[in-house]
Amino acid sequence: MADFLYQLLLSLDATLRIATPLILCAMAGIFTERSGIVDISLEGKLLSGAFVAATVAAFTGSAWLGLGCAILAGIIMSLIHGFACITHKGDQVVSGVAINILASGLTIVLGIALFQQGGKTPSLAKESRFTPMEWWGVEMLDSVPVLGVLYRQLISGHNLLVYLALLAVPLTAFVLYKTRFGLRVRAVGETPQAVDSAGISVSLLRYRALIVGGALCGMAGAYLSIAQGGNFVKEMSAGKGYIALAAVIFGNWKPLSAFFACLMFGFLEAATARLEGYEIFLIGEIPSQLMQAIPYILTVLLLAGFIGKPHPPAASGQPYHK
Amino acid sequence: MRWVQTHRIQDMFPALNLNNISKSFGLVQANKNIDLEVALGSIHGIIGENGAGKSTLMNIIYGMHRADTGEITIGGTKVDMRSPADAIQYGIGMVHQHFMLIPTFTVLENITLGSEGGLMLGEGRDKALKHLQHLSSSYGLEVDPHALVSDLNVGQRQRVEIIKALKGGAKVLILDEPTGVLTPQEADQLFEILKVLRDDGVSILLITHKLTEVMDITDTVSIMRQGEMVGHRKTSETSPQELAELMVGRAVLLEVDHTPAKPAEVRLSASGLGYTNQQGVVELENISFEVRSGEILGIAGVSGNGQTQLMEALAGMMPFSTGTVNILGKTLTAEDSITPRAIRDLGLGHIPEDRHTHGLILPFEARETMILGFHDTELAGSGKLFDYTAIQQNCADKMTHFDVRPSNPRLNAKNFSGGNQQKIVIAREFSANPGVLLVGQPTRGVDVGAIEFIHKQLLELRDAGCAILLVSVELDEVMSLSDRIMVLCDGQNIGIVAAEDADRQTLGLMMAGQKQETAA
Repeated sequence: MADFLYQLLLSLDATLRIATPLILCAMAGIFTERSGIVDISLEGKLLSGAFVAATVAAFTGSAWLGLGCAILAGIIMSLIHGFACITHKGDQVVSGVAINILASGLTIVLGIALFQQGGKTPSLAKESRFTPMEWWGVEMLDSVPVLGVLYRQLISGHNLLVYLALLAVPLTAFVLYKTRFGLRVRAVGETPQAVDSAGISVSLLRYRALIVGGALCGMAGAYLSIAQGGNFVKEMSAGKGYIALAAVIFGNWKPLSAFFACLMFGFLEAATARLEGYEIFLIGEIPSQLMQAIPYILTVLLLAGFIGKPHPPAASGQPYHK
Repeated sequence: MRWVQTHRIQDMFPALNLNNISKSFGLVQANKNIDLEVALGSIHGIIGENGAGKSTLMNIIYGMHRADTGEITIGGTKVDMRSPADAIQYGIGMVHQHFMLIPTFTVLENITLGSEGGLMLGEGRDKALKHLQHLSSSYGLEVDPHALVSDLNVGQRQRVEIIKALKGGAKVLILDEPTGVLTPQEADQLFEILKVLRDDGVSILLITHKLTEVMDITDTVSIMRQGEMVGHRKTSETSPQELAELMVGRAVLLEVDHTPAKPAEVRLSASGLGYTNQQGVVELENISFEVRSGEILGIAGVSGNGQTQLMEALAGMMPFSTGTVNILGKTLTAEDSITPRAIRDLGLGHIPEDRHTHGLILPFEARETMILGFHDTELAGSGKLFDYTAIQQNCADKMTHFDVRPSNPRLNAKNFSGGNQQKIVIAREFSANPGVLLVGQPTRGVDVGAIEFIHKQLLELRDAGCAILLVSVELDEVMSLSDRIMVLCDGQNIGIVAAEDADRQTLGLMMAGQKQETAA
């Protein structure tokens, strides 16, 4: 029993680590989608962020510079997306897919050109990464039976970006529901005409939402390559941007619900890794591909109306014409 | 009036002055050398046909569009209007024809948007609430600040729009076709509010195409035709006839020459017709009526009270849940699988309410549009392939007969004006010589000249023996064309009255759901 609980604890710990980039990307997705822009390009921004973070950290040795440049990279990718679909009123899905393809190709080409390691970046020393932070009092609490383990494994011992991701959720909710910017973002995603006629620039507002989203994606990218991992590996985003988008939809475009969707998807992945090779009584071995597909299956079921009713922003996907 | 007593310098100037405003979109000149002066504390009407350039002009005043040339003066100061934000700052508020409200927001959130006051919402929200309560008490603009806009009815939504437009102390209020969606009673309430505002010194610009409204409520009126200002009048010194002539550029017959009907056998009837949609909402409930050969049964009601569903159910575009329909002797029940094709084959013609979606294929040429639904008849040629010579000839003939302009069969449907698009649909449906005709919004977005023509055609078809069911949001149209009038409210038949017994008052009450004792 104790062993089972310990396994569960490790799973939860893994859940949090896996969910971190999902949470950051999902919050990014909430900002952009709520402003009326379909953000399939989360994936590409995540990947660019990861590459730039690892590259800058490799050259400068500074994790902080890596993070800063990753955020910039995410913003630049967002601005390209915005230039195509806000300024030139292009199709947002097409533009988003183009960003993803661009990121996928460009990171490999630049990676090979810079480091000649087949698209990888060199492994980073400990000093140029965000390493797990041990919280105050871990040693002291170690003697307390359950609480000690819980504190050491689940609460303490993560890197900075995990805590930033957790902080991003209430912050997103606060900005969206309590500030002027949030009110306008929500308005422009529903009825951009109303925003325009209230004397507010629709384009500027959507650009700002995209910039916030790009920054969050950049952070998520940095997490992958200089916090959780120690270098950039080609295609290392591995569909996390899409899963985050699924979480946004699953969470009905609401920060807290999307956060729980991310945790659920993260837990599924963590469980997949632990269940690999295990025979479950009466069921047998569960194919890992099935587990990986569950987020998508759930999202499809949701969109088909089997689990509640999705309420996407009404103006989502439509360029604004006066 | 209050503004007379406060002798501020600004009060000596008109509230708004336009000088030589012009605007073109590509090759289309929407506004040409427009001059306009709106006095302080007056209600100024702007009338004109569809496409006369009224909305463009208002959008220029509100900063949505920028004029190519000309100047705008507000209270004696020349202004450079670059965006709605500028307009709001200069004290101009606008109530758009299509409401600019966010349905998922509360009333208060909608009013707060754009004047939040700071980075946080608290202060702006409190101010908006105070503003709303002030307007509620002084002008009777009552609305629950915490209600979701999607839960409000059209009249209440319009009140929210007015409150929004007046925030920040607007001195000029523009209303673009405000009564199109209201019952006569709601419209009267709106006019009362406008009068109080006027007496408080607000100048009101009222855009409309309804002459009766102009005569009832405005102090002065300006008339637009084809992008130009063709006249300014004091309302007390003009007449509906003169205004109509100015709008159209020639004398117009305002009253339809409505001869008594000679009803014969029943051609279309419904009994206990009901429809419940997939969400479980009852959209039509127990509707029974009959239409005879040689008569027009008009359906009156505020839009969205089941008219569309009724028309689509009768046309076979949508199923019904209960009851039966009889079309030219053939009885249909909810169990029958009914298609529009099958209904057409029974001899029913249909002029759909939404001609852009259901009546025309906009990117198709007029000659192709003219055989939609008849492409398997001899109109398309006798063989298996389309005979384009015959198709073109057919289209050219009908265009001449129904006065479609320009009479070019190769022009795409989208390139005709609203009135001529409607004439294409009418030409197609009338020529099939239907025994029963469903007509939805025959003159929506159609100019005055074409309205006259369409009305005449409808009455001719009636006299030729057709049974016509007419739906229109224009109460005047229903009243002047119909022989009997059925009123729908909430998907129910409130009653059927003979046209000669119907007046606006009675119909208005029925449209609001009050059953009439005297209903025949």
